[in-house]
Amino acid sequence: MPQVTKLNVNGIPRTIDADADMSLLSALRDQLDLTGTKYGCGEGQCGACTVLIDGIARRSCLTPVSAVGQKRITTIEGLADGDRLHPLQEAFLEEAAMQCAYCTSGMIMTAVSLLQTNPAPSAPDILHSMEGNICRCGTHPRMVAAIQRAAKAMNQPVKESRQ
Amino acid sequence: MSSKSDFQIPLEPERYELRAPSAYHFELGRREFFRFLGAGILIVGVLKSTHALQESGAGKGPDESLPNEIAAWLHIGESGAVTVYTGKVEVGQNIRTSLSQCVAEELRVPVSKIEMVMGDTQLTPFDMGTFGSRTTPTMSPQLRKVASAARDVLIGLAATKWQIDRKRLIAADGKVTDPQTRRSVEYAVLVNGQQLTQTLPAEDPLIPPAQWTVQGESLPKVDGRDFVTGKHRYPSDQTLPGMLHGKILRPASFGATLVSMDAHEAENIPGVMVIHDGNFVGVVAPSPEIASRALKGIRAEWKAEPQPSNKELFEYLKKNATGGQDPTGDESIFEVGSVDKVRASADHRLQQTYNISYIAHAPLEPRAAMAQWSGDNLTVWTGTQRPFGVRSELAEAFRISEEQVHVVMPDTGSAYGGKHTGEAAIEAARLARAAKRPVKLVWTREEEFTWAYFRPAGVIEVSSGVRSDGTIVAWEFHNYNSGSAGIRTYYDIANQRIEFHASRSPLRQGSYRALAATANHFARESFMDELAHTINMDPLAFRLKNLKNERLRAVFEAAAKKFGWGRAKPAGHGFGMGGGFEKLGNVATCAEVAVDPKWGEVKVMRVVTAFECGAIVNPDNLRNQIEGSNIMGLGGALFEAIEFENGRILNGRFSSYRVPRFSDLPVLETVLLDRKDIPSAGAGECPMVGLAPAIGNAIFNATGTRIRSLPMVPNGLKTA
Repeated sequence: MPQVTKLNVNGIPRTIDADADMSLLSALRDQLDLTGTKYGCGEGQCGACTVLIDGIARRSCLTPVSAVGQKRITTIEGLADGDRLHPLQEAFLEEAAMQCAYCTSGMIMTAVSLLQTNPAPSAPDILHSMEGNICRCGTHPRMVAAIQRAAKAMNQPVKESRQ
Repeated sequence: MSSKSDFQIPLEPERYELRAPSAYHFELGRREFFRFLGAGILIVGVLKSTHALQESGAGKGPDESLPNEIAAWLHIGESGAVTVYTGKVEVGQNIRTSLSQCVAEELRVPVSKIEMVMGDTQLTPFDMGTFGSRTTPTMSPQLRKVASAARDVLIGLAATKWQIDRKRLIAADGKVTDPQTRRSVEYAVLVNGQQLTQTLPAEDPLIPPAQWTVQGESLPKVDGRDFVTGKHRYPSDQTLPGMLHGKILRPASFGATLVSMDAHEAENIPGVMVIHDGNFVGVVAPSPEIASRALKGIRAEWKAEPQPSNKELFEYLKKNATGGQDPTGDESIFEVGSVDKVRASADHRLQQTYNISYIAHAPLEPRAAMAQWSGDNLTVWTGTQRPFGVRSELAEAFRISEEQVHVVMPDTGSAYGGKHTGEAAIEAARLARAAKRPVKLVWTREEEFTWAYFRPAGVIEVSSGVRSDGTIVAWEFHNYNSGSAGIRTYYDIANQRIEFHASRSPLRQGSYRALAATANHFARESFMDELAHTINMDPLAFRLKNLKNERLRAVFEAAAKKFGWGRAKPAGHGFGMGGGFEKLGNVATCAEVAVDPKWGEVKVMRVVTAFECGAIVNPDNLRNQIEGSNIMGLGGALFEAIEFENGRILNGRFSSYRVPRFSDLPVLETVLLDRKDIPSAGAGECPMVGLAPAIGNAIFNATGTRIRSLPMVPNGLKTA
């Protein structure tokens, strides 16, 4: 079977040794020890494994490593800027939008992708975009609030520059 | 291990109510403790009450050292670091945070200075497990006492140091201060060079809730940053050098026995080892992918007996009822007055039957374990609500002593009562023993849906007699198989017969958040609504007429007020209420539903929950638990049900088993009643029990259709 040996993860070229059909999720977790990306169902139904590929949210459990090539992969570990958390990470903390938090990294990555395409989503926009992500603890309303809070924070500098 | 024996357990007991104390052994004596922790102050909390003994610490300690009945211990090291040890575990209920608040309050240190070591069988005192909403009412007071004793010791040390009366000293912010001279000394300095142990049967006065400054505050999750950055390592994220990955060959159906097996193809894959022991067949490989490929290379023939399906479930449970045996050990029948006679002469009589389906916990992190052997000593990292129970299971499975087993429980990706058992731990350990390497095993979603256990299904029959003025005079309630939690009625009725009937369960069943209280409240509170309509009385007024308990009346009144009970409803909408008492908490829930007239789709629009569980420790976390209970409860109320046939689960995937999602969200409003005069109780379970009946009663209010089964509308109303 053909092998995949290179991935571009969180801005760093990484070496792996994976069969072409290995899922990106396994490569990240088992080969690169980036365990912030979670397994939840293996069929793209829960969103726990969501990462960004060239900035777009993708299910890493359904993505074979051979399909990624040298596209930019961003995982939850690569979201903060050094010690400075991404506004969505901040907002999830501010809104206490987690209980067991096993879904949190997938939720945040999905929301990052949403805010890139829709910087000021309405509540229905958020519900629609997050529908594919499961939270069993039931922190959904808090996550909606967190995404709105982060959207506001991310739009702030733009507004200021206009003034 | 034999997978067959797993299914001979007719009903996993509602474990939080188990009566028998568990044996335990300390791993560390006093001297060893200081050797392990370094010098400092060690405060050991000893349990006094019989009730608490059954839950934590009952057992026998080794000779030299620590007393027998320990709830928790607390160590202050020479750096001033405070480490608290408790056998309770964190599964998302944020108990790590609220227990830290209790310690911070009494010890007078910032929460950030406290480390909680939880659920580690070698480091923490015995604990029966984290379930039944017991941590807040039992462990919090213990930790508060331990922390308050530590504060006393520190004040004593300062008094000795300064040669002054301890009564004039104050402890605050990690320091002891003498207000007269304004000198102060840090705890770390006081602790320096000490090896002081204090055992605590002391009943020092604790800070009363009215004077709390740390408790009662909405503190965020103490280690929240680790979760939003992906840094936290859940059980399934654990790794060890040289670790292999395991997979288990599952039988074709429940209870099946292995007839023949050909594993040649699997064994020919480089790096793969096949382990076969009775009905247990597993593989280990360098990666999960190779392990999966190896599993597919095993040809196995299984023999199974025909088994019932969900289509005949309720008849089956009734037919196989054994009568009497209550898993809690309670008398299975509760009887007062003369139900039959009084009911026969009542103005109105009503009788109904309610059916409850099996549902799955579906914790987002499936069962996972990593096992490592060192000779005959075993260490397992796994997600369980009962680390000490899993330790016993492992010791039994491998015929070693409990001292040889070390179970570590990293904060886990939820449980909801579904992780009391150690299946993955035993499987990983069996594979690791054969492989002579550490092995990690993470169940697939399908395995979690199939080989874990389910919330019990059941049939509930209710029959009653009521006077025209609204007084309930007779009440008869029978629960078949679903369980006896919340089976008693809190309404004041002179004549009652309440009975739990054990049955033979076609599926393996066990604990679930709120246990049978959800089913029993659904039947009781739906029936109350029916009774109210029978005599043309408002459902709220009817409840209050039959209810003396002030705390419960208060939540019903608070929920109704916030909801606007009695106001006009929009067309196609309905209002309903339900509530009750469970796990020392009181809840009332009002729901508004909208029913699509064409498609019959039921949408829950708004849920108002009034909740009271004594003095509130962390209001925002309490709201989080109430919201979460309601959202999780939506699934069991509306659409969750396990389908099965002949020992197979038919819908064991998220694509076929519907759980609540963002689009199901109602507007959630919460009213918290803070009773500072009542000891704090837990809140992870009780808030759930009012939801299903509130929704069912609202559907009736909207449509005139009464639904007497859980889930209520798996396929919308018209086909329900």
